Amino acid sequence: MPSYIELPAYEIVKRIKDQELMAEDYIASLYERIKKVEKDIHAYITLTEDLALKKAREIDKKVKQREKTGRLCGVGIAIKDNICTRGIRTTCASHMLEDFVPPYDATVISRIKDEDGVIMGKANMDEFAMGSSTEFSYFGPTHNPWDLGRVPGGSSGGSAAAVASGMATLALGSDTGGSIRCPASFCSVVGLKPTYGLVSRFGLIAYANSLEQIGPITKDVRDCALLLSCIASHDPLDNTSVDRPQEDYTKYLIDDVDGMKLGVVKEFFGEGTQDSVEKGVLEAITKLEELGSDHQEISLKSLQYALPSYYIIAMSEASSNLARYDGLRYGYRIPNKSYDWSTVYSKNRRFGFGFEVKRRIILGTFALSTGYYDEYYLKAQKIRTLIKRDFDMAFKKFDVLIGPTMPILPFKIGEKVQDPLKMYMCDVDSVPANLAGIPSISIPCGFSKGLPIGFQIMAPPFREDLLLRVAFSFQKNFPVSAKLRSYE
Amino acid sequence: MSKIKSVEIKIGLEVHCQLTNLKTKLFCSCSSDYREKEPNTLICPICMGMPGTLPVLNEKALEDAIMVAIALNSKISERMLFFRKNYFYPDMPKNFQISQYDKAGGVPLALGGYIQINGKKVRIRRIQLEEDPGKLSYEGTIESSTYALVDYNRAGIALIEIVTEPDMETPKEARLFLEKLRSILEHLGISNGSLEGSMRCDANISLRGGKRVEIKNISSFKEVERALNFEITRQKSLIERGIAVGQETRHWDEVRRITISLRTKEEEQDYRYFPEPDLVPVIISKDQIKKIEQSMPELPDERRKRFIEQYHLSPQTAEILTHSKAMADFFEESAKLYDKPREISNWLTVEFLSYLHDRGIEIDELTLSPKHLVDMLKLIDEGIISRKMARSVLQDMLLTGKMPDAIVKEKGLEKILDREYVRRIVEKIFKENPQAVKDAIVDKKAINYLMGQLMKATEGKIDPKMAGEIIRERLSKLSKFATS
Ligand SMILES: [Zn+2]
Repeated sequence: MPSYIELPAYEIVKRIKDQELMAEDYIASLYERIKKVEKDIHAYITLTEDLALKKAREIDKKVKQREKTGRLCGVGIAIKDNICTRGIRTTCASHMLEDFVPPYDATVISRIKDEDGVIMGKANMDEFAMGSSTEFSYFGPTHNPWDLGRVPGGSSGGSAAAVASGMATLALGSDTGGSIRCPASFCSVVGLKPTYGLVSRFGLIAYANSLEQIGPITKDVRDCALLLSCIASHDPLDNTSVDRPQEDYTKYLIDDVDGMKLGVVKEFFGEGTQDSVEKGVLEAITKLEELGSDHQEISLKSLQYALPSYYIIAMSEASSNLARYDGLRYGYRIPNKSYDWSTVYSKNRRFGFGFEVKRRIILGTFALSTGYYDEYYLKAQKIRTLIKRDFDMAFKKFDVLIGPTMPILPFKIGEKVQDPLKMYMCDVDSVPANLAGIPSISIPCGFSKGLPIGFQIMAPPFREDLLLRVAFSFQKNFPVSAKLRSYE
Repeated sequence: MSKIKSVEIKIGLEVHCQLTNLKTKLFCSCSSDYREKEPNTLICPICMGMPGTLPVLNEKALEDAIMVAIALNSKISERMLFFRKNYFYPDMPKNFQISQYDKAGGVPLALGGYIQINGKKVRIRRIQLEEDPGKLSYEGTIESSTYALVDYNRAGIALIEIVTEPDMETPKEARLFLEKLRSILEHLGISNGSLEGSMRCDANISLRGGKRVEIKNISSFKEVERALNFEITRQKSLIERGIAVGQETRHWDEVRRITISLRTKEEEQDYRYFPEPDLVPVIISKDQIKKIEQSMPELPDERRKRFIEQYHLSPQTAEILTHSKAMADFFEESAKLYDKPREISNWLTVEFLSYLHDRGIEIDELTLSPKHLVDMLKLIDEGIISRKMARSVLQDMLLTGKMPDAIVKEKGLEKILDREYVRRIVEKIFKENPQAVKDAIVDKKAINYLMGQLMKATEGKIDPKMAGEIIRERLSKLSKFATS
């Protein structure tokens, strides 16, 4: 096993640009690794080896001819399969879109191509990003690289597992209620959900559009800053994208938290938080204090309603977003055509969608219905406003807020699939950042009985610099060693 | 009708107008010029609602809609929201329509306002901006067709929806409202009402003692009047028989000219409106409104006032002329070519209007130009045709689009010229040719010279028989004079 599949992206980029490493050799070795471990982990839905090698050769040629190369020069990237890639099927892990090949690239894909990144393939996920374990994939579950019997988290489980197992150097995920940070935590990698509006959503297949953002899943904080710098910029194709100057986030990788005020959110250590997780996160906070920061507990009362508020909003939006999948223009279609349109729609949707997706569509439809709208949707939006307000207040006192990413350690495959409420409870600590639209990063802080623990740092809107600074300081001073396994 | 009038009637309208002068659709850059185009050629991933695509608001559409709101005296929202209207139907690529809403926290483009028709204010409830769905077509009828074809070229075309209060009391008033609205939109230069399907409307009507009934699928203004008249008769007959009119939605069947029940109140669709998360609230500043207002063209009411002052028309005439932009334009074009505006307006408001009304068309659908009318009026002035003749010339022009002199020539109308005109010419020829006159008095044969002069002066348009008669008549007067 060549060692460079373990290297972070910025090292790969340097070596390729310095002609110490051929992009083609490196990409080929990633596929070598895939051939060895993918059967155990199943991080990908679609692999694009030929395209990737071709692109790698182009990059090698560019480097050789001393042409200008991008910031992701030759780096192999796994793309969550809800991000549209032109000419490469984009399934959303659904039977409905099993054969859907978008004729367009998501804006983040164009950016990655501009920066000479190499797409390895499309990563597994929960169907339409609805889940916290990557078990709800039409193509079967992804396994946690640290314990194959356990889930990698979700819904961007394939992306996180690919990075954690050396099948990609970088990955893109999407985070609607924790879908980047949860698998990052469960797989011991770094995952960042940007501020709502920082990264274009054009080409991201919507689950709940007022909540979600595309973000990086990486081996370390430096890679996270690098990938974020490449994908974060204003996009006129996304009306919710915020027009602000482009930033180089790597300049915020500063090992200095001296005097920073950290707020430890009490509600993040509530009932249901496993002792080992609590212990791991509190230790991390102590370590940050050793570096000169100051921490204090803070209670955000509104957070007790975050989870129901999140699920009502997410499901309501989903019920509308997923209405377009009727099989008429693209997507799964029953072979028999001798029905009226509404029967065809029903059957296409009945067979095209998985169980969890249908559950959320039905609940969301209910929440938006006349007579229930005020009780559910509107109330959930009010809570969302309260949560935003609470965060605003908290950020007047603290630079960043801290808590566990997940209340529990990675659980066993099959453990929660039958109990949706238990599954939903996993998101209790991650959804507040989505409701408030604030940025949040999950970074590894250790292991408990061989299972990864992560903690998240939250900052005010567009203060990704603070997240990166704290995360970088922590990682630099207290690295969590995570050697790749061989699975043999 | 008189019987119907005795019952209190309340009519409200919901009008959908396409912003036909836009180049692109409401949320994507596809061409909006969809008429007569190959089906499904003006589409893109955005208006097809493909996965991952997002809408981007057409700023020009917003400006157009703001103009409408200003013209209808409505209060424009400082911060308007788009809402999703959710329902499944094959003409909707996303199975929801991006629209606006005035309930559940929704803020449409504008609220309130009014349109004045014959001095009466019909209040506007709201104005909103939304996207048009695609179009379904069937082989034969909906009932008999075994399949439907969908054309998405229309999907995503910018629409404004104008909802009125139930302030109209007769079907005719409803039609007048729609005509006035069309005139306003056309004066603003944002919509061409003569394009098929560019203005569509739903009506609601309640008779005293009855519930509100909605009528959908009305394709033209004439049909609105018809549908409402039918509905009044139907509801009255129910009331007379002691049957309560229930709240329901009915469909206007243009062919059979009846309304058919679509669904009752219990079956009403639940559209599950909620804010469109992909579009941020649209902030409309006072400055923006002011800027648009300053750039706005003249509106029908202003034009009416100007017509009264500039052309000295009666208020009634000015009202009729400005009721349609095409008519007002025709009038002004004509007035540029011909200096008797009241003469022009007389012909337009009487002869033209009744012709147009009979056929249910607008003046710009005629093959007739202002020059036609003006040339005809000049023929009258020149005495070449009489007013009475002019009426028949006009009918010919309206039907054929030929120029009036051609019609006069073709029909030989000039041969029955009025004698006074010929007499004046003869007078002139006699004065210019005293010797020939003397000769003719003496020698009957010498009359031919004078005949030749007359024919020459009138380019041979005179009936020779009449010419001879008038010359002889004149000669005989002279000879009497000479001999006495
Ligand atoms: Zn389009």
